[in-house]
Amino acid sequence: MAIPRFWREIRQRYKGIGSTCNACGKMYFPPRDICPECRRESFHNMEEQELEGRGEIVTYTKVHEPHPEFKDLSPYIMTIVEMEEGVRLTGHIVDVDFEDVERGMEVEASMRKLGEESEEGLIYYGYKFWPIDTHRPE
Amino acid sequence: MQCMLNIEIRSMEVDDLRDVAIIGIGETQIGELWDKSLRELGIEAGLKALKDAGMRGDEVEKMYIGNMSAGKLINQEHIAPLIADYAGLSEVPSTRIESGGASGGMALAEGYKSVASGMDDFVVVGGAEKMTDVGEQEAKDILSSTADQEWETVFGATFDSLYAMMARYHMDEYGTTKDQLAEVAVKNHENAAKNPNAQYPRETSKDFVKSAPMVSDPLGMFDCAPISDGAAAVALCPVEKAESFQTEPVEIASIGQGGDNLAVHERDDIGTMEATKRASEKAYKREDIGPKDIDFAEVHDNYTITEIMAIEDLGFFDKGEGGPATEKGKTKLNSDISINTSGGLKAKGRPVGATGINQAVEATLQLREEAGDRQVENAEYGLIHNIGGTGASAIVHILRRWS
Repeated sequence: MAIPRFWREIRQRYKGIGSTCNACGKMYFPPRDICPECRRESFHNMEEQELEGRGEIVTYTKVHEPHPEFKDLSPYIMTIVEMEEGVRLTGHIVDVDFEDVERGMEVEASMRKLGEESEEGLIYYGYKFWPIDTHRPE
Repeated sequence: MQCMLNIEIRSMEVDDLRDVAIIGIGETQIGELWDKSLRELGIEAGLKALKDAGMRGDEVEKMYIGNMSAGKLINQEHIAPLIADYAGLSEVPSTRIESGGASGGMALAEGYKSVASGMDDFVVVGGAEKMTDVGEQEAKDILSSTADQEWETVFGATFDSLYAMMARYHMDEYGTTKDQLAEVAVKNHENAAKNPNAQYPRETSKDFVKSAPMVSDPLGMFDCAPISDGAAAVALCPVEKAESFQTEPVEIASIGQGGDNLAVHERDDIGTMEATKRASEKAYKREDIGPKDIDFAEVHDNYTITEIMAIEDLGFFDKGEGGPATEKGKTKLNSDISINTSGGLKAKGRPVGATGINQAVEATLQLREEAGDRQVENAEYGLIHNIGGTGASAIVHILRRWS
């Protein structure tokens, strides 16, 4: 991904910043400028909110044919996690056996390296998930 | 919370529109066609459609081409005028339509609107994709680019993995099994074996499908549609002018389009494609029919799970019953409802942006009773269903035998 394209969303990706609609209280991640429920009432009425970082697994898969930038990690486990705030995120889950992953499993997000352009190039960071029971990231 | 603005958007009444007929169809072989370029494929399909319609070519007033990613796959944008030019129709206005895997279906919708509105009488709609000029991995990455690049793929999601997560969700939520997924592939290969244009015209077995290497658990290699080259085209005109060209025109009886969130994780029920539901509900309503009136359907089976979700979301079976219905053979040729008689994307092949037009070609063959060994008996209505990406866009057309 081009550097400016990644850089533009660093704040949201690194800190888990979404937005909450002041009209209905629903949170969105990534942040939205318009609440799809309230539309006009939400214009200029969306407030930044940081995710606490805890949630549970909604669905998951073990990826055997990887995304080219994640070849070294193959096979890896992808998951969709519903955060306590109600929003859902797509990301890796690590430090767990695939056989132990299940819907409803409680997980915690932490910022980790996603990849790098080259040895001297840009390093991409973003959130990954850990099962709360087995390992709590610092 | 209720939206303050309660705007009633008036949809055009059926009476305001002209009835539209498909008077010509054409398609190429689907497969890894290393000796053919996108240009050649597009022209071959288009000329076949014109010939089938008994047209000379100078009647054509407009062209739409469904194509997902020529820019990335062959480094050629602006392909609509390119195909028009080499079809000898350089003066004809031609436009490429892109909506991921639904590009072909959306192009057909544009052609339909163009004729139905009275703006044009004769429109050719094509779909073409050349995927094997890049390596298989690159082609798959390009397919992944229809997902959310900034919030799905950057975190390691592939196109396969997003559908795999839908499959897992569907299994957890509705009890769908890997055997049931495999039965989709078995059935579609059985149909493809009767289709000379199919990429994989041969039968397979449940055990063989299940023993394939994993791509993204629970989806194995034979749960996934292939990478393909191919093109298809249809010629449209108002029904009242159709009979001077085609003795057996087929009417586009209805049309409906639906949308949904781009990212899979944004959807409440990951095992349901709301865009498909929205599109089909609109299409049924316009024609004042229901799913029970449909005799056969070509549904978007880029993965086996996608067909199971589609036959539920199109209303043919209750939610959660798609897997069991498939396993009981209810979707086989000439059973309760014949699904993917062509072999579908799974076995007929997946030239992405052409798939919607391939579906229209198959439905037309069926309604003209020209489908040979895979003919659906006494069919009046056929539905075709094309989706973009992981289901953020969907288009449904209902075709009717003209009598």
